[in-house]
Amino acid sequence: MSMPSQQLGDQAKPPVRPRRSVAAMKEERAAFLFLTPWFAGLLLFLVIPLGYAVYISMTDRRLISGARTHFIGLDNYVYMFTKDGLFYHSLYITAKWLVLTTPLFLAAGLVISLFLNQKYFGMNVFRTILYIPAVVSGVAVAVLWLQLLNPEQGAVNYLLIKLGVDNPPFWLADPTWAMPAVILMQLWTVGGYAIIYLAGLQNIPPHLYEAASIDGARAWEKFRYITLPMLSPTIFFLALNAVIDALLFFGPLFVLTVGRGVGGLGGPENSLLFYMVYLYDVAFGGQGFMGYGTALAMILVIIGVVLVFILMKLERRFVFYESEQ
Amino acid sequence: MSQIAQPAEERKGISQRFPRLPRILHAVFVYGVLILASLFILLPVGWMLTAALKPDTAPVFTFPPEWLPTQYWHWQTFRDAFFQQEFIRYTANSAFLVVMTVTGVVLSSSLIAFPFARLQFRGKNVLFTLVLATMLLPVDVLLIPQFLLFYEIGWYGTYYPLWVPSFTGEAFFIFLIRQYMRSIPIELDEAARVDGAGYWTIYWRIIMPLCVPVLTVTAVFQFLATWNDFLGPLIYLDDPEKFTVALALAAMVQRVGTEWNEVMAANLIFIIPVLVIYFFAQDKLIGGIANVGLKG
Repeated sequence: MSMPSQQLGDQAKPPVRPRRSVAAMKEERAAFLFLTPWFAGLLLFLVIPLGYAVYISMTDRRLISGARTHFIGLDNYVYMFTKDGLFYHSLYITAKWLVLTTPLFLAAGLVISLFLNQKYFGMNVFRTILYIPAVVSGVAVAVLWLQLLNPEQGAVNYLLIKLGVDNPPFWLADPTWAMPAVILMQLWTVGGYAIIYLAGLQNIPPHLYEAASIDGARAWEKFRYITLPMLSPTIFFLALNAVIDALLFFGPLFVLTVGRGVGGLGGPENSLLFYMVYLYDVAFGGQGFMGYGTALAMILVIIGVVLVFILMKLERRFVFYESEQ
Repeated sequence: MSQIAQPAEERKGISQRFPRLPRILHAVFVYGVLILASLFILLPVGWMLTAALKPDTAPVFTFPPEWLPTQYWHWQTFRDAFFQQEFIRYTANSAFLVVMTVTGVVLSSSLIAFPFARLQFRGKNVLFTLVLATMLLPVDVLLIPQFLLFYEIGWYGTYYPLWVPSFTGEAFFIFLIRQYMRSIPIELDEAARVDGAGYWTIYWRIIMPLCVPVLTVTAVFQFLATWNDFLGPLIYLDDPEKFTVALALAAMVQRVGTEWNEVMAANLIFIIPVLVIYFFAQDKLIGGIANVGLKG
């Protein structure tokens, strides 16, 4: 690009300088103008709340009239780790959920996607149907399953009796069966996993299977040595999502437990006291312990970062990317 | 070569007498499993519709359950849910929030994506990495400090906390739109510049019209997010008149002595707009979701 406006004197300057022409500076100014809303959002809804959160978590801030706020240092954190049994309990419930459901949902989604990936007429109809529960709000799903799981009139127990179960469980009213009830409900939405698997499956180059067929590989061998490795990035992505979803699981649990007369928020004997449920209850559940709730949120961030870090480590060991071939 | 081909040859021999049998069995198996899975999805929905179509006088849930409406077609329940239970108001409230957040997210995210996709400026890579980083941060952890800040400026009990932030862009959509914008030939911008167009004209007149597909995906995703959101309305809204559909439904379920046929009708009112959008936009939607998965 020639710069007719350049003066003779410019030639004495280092060769890099003239590249920042008037046009380039104009472009840069325009770029930052376009980015203004983003900078504003970053500051107002991220940086300031984050800094504020660190401060609030070290206060006894409450959201009730007449309460005064004091700076109490790390007292919230000390209390959490030394005296708060419910904190540990909510961690236990969340961890139990993760251990029980992650393999189940990952496997169920994979099996469904393998069926959907068959080349038959009308597969897109099945795909459409199976994905319905994943676009519907978790609150709506919970309202529906609240009645499906009704011990006396629910369809689930009807089917169990038909299948010969004499004393079907009381599901959400029973501390032992409350979590299995929620698992069953979430299994209904597993089509969400299947669709993402399906995209991964359809991205596997067919020539890999053709080559394996020529070599006489059986269906299981093709699955084990082609499908699974090629899907490992998808599995990793879904596992990552499952962890984050479990840490933030809230809406459906609220519908299933609050006002049910079976232990309130947290379910019977707190068997559904997930971390986010406990956090909500502390901060917004009448007592309004904003300071302590924020401290719980800070620990949630740390747990989330640690879990994601562990998964990333595992990714390096187990996930296969095609470009590494 | 012949040695390797042998097992395949042998297997063919087994089905020599019924050459099409394995194929048929396979098809029956695949269809069988998928039909069962579809029933698992659809029967509860039919059961819900049956309950919603019952008059108050009939038992809402029966044993054995009725999977499809046969006996009662009492559409009055829906009218009751709309007018007596005021779901017409909650639908309008949710629709208002949808319009605001969709407008906000589409405008702001495309605005922010534009320089990342088409302009040169210092710090571009660092800033874009920051966009990706904010995408990973679960915003729910900032719930309480954000709540307190909104509370202190007097926005508690208003809709502002639920839509104003959407006008500052959403990292995931910025990423999605930026990827799409990068696929548009840069020669278009250059030609427009030669013709004397400014950056705003290029963005608004040239790039935006070409981005309609990705903007549609963004709008659909944001519609679903806002319509289905529960935690936001739960903590910010205290006046029942301002409730969204999700919140009103949760409140209705908690009420003692609720008519369950009306709850199920309300639930369908909540679900049906989502299904309509889903059926119309499913290819784009699933494509969008799939891309996210593959990128992971």
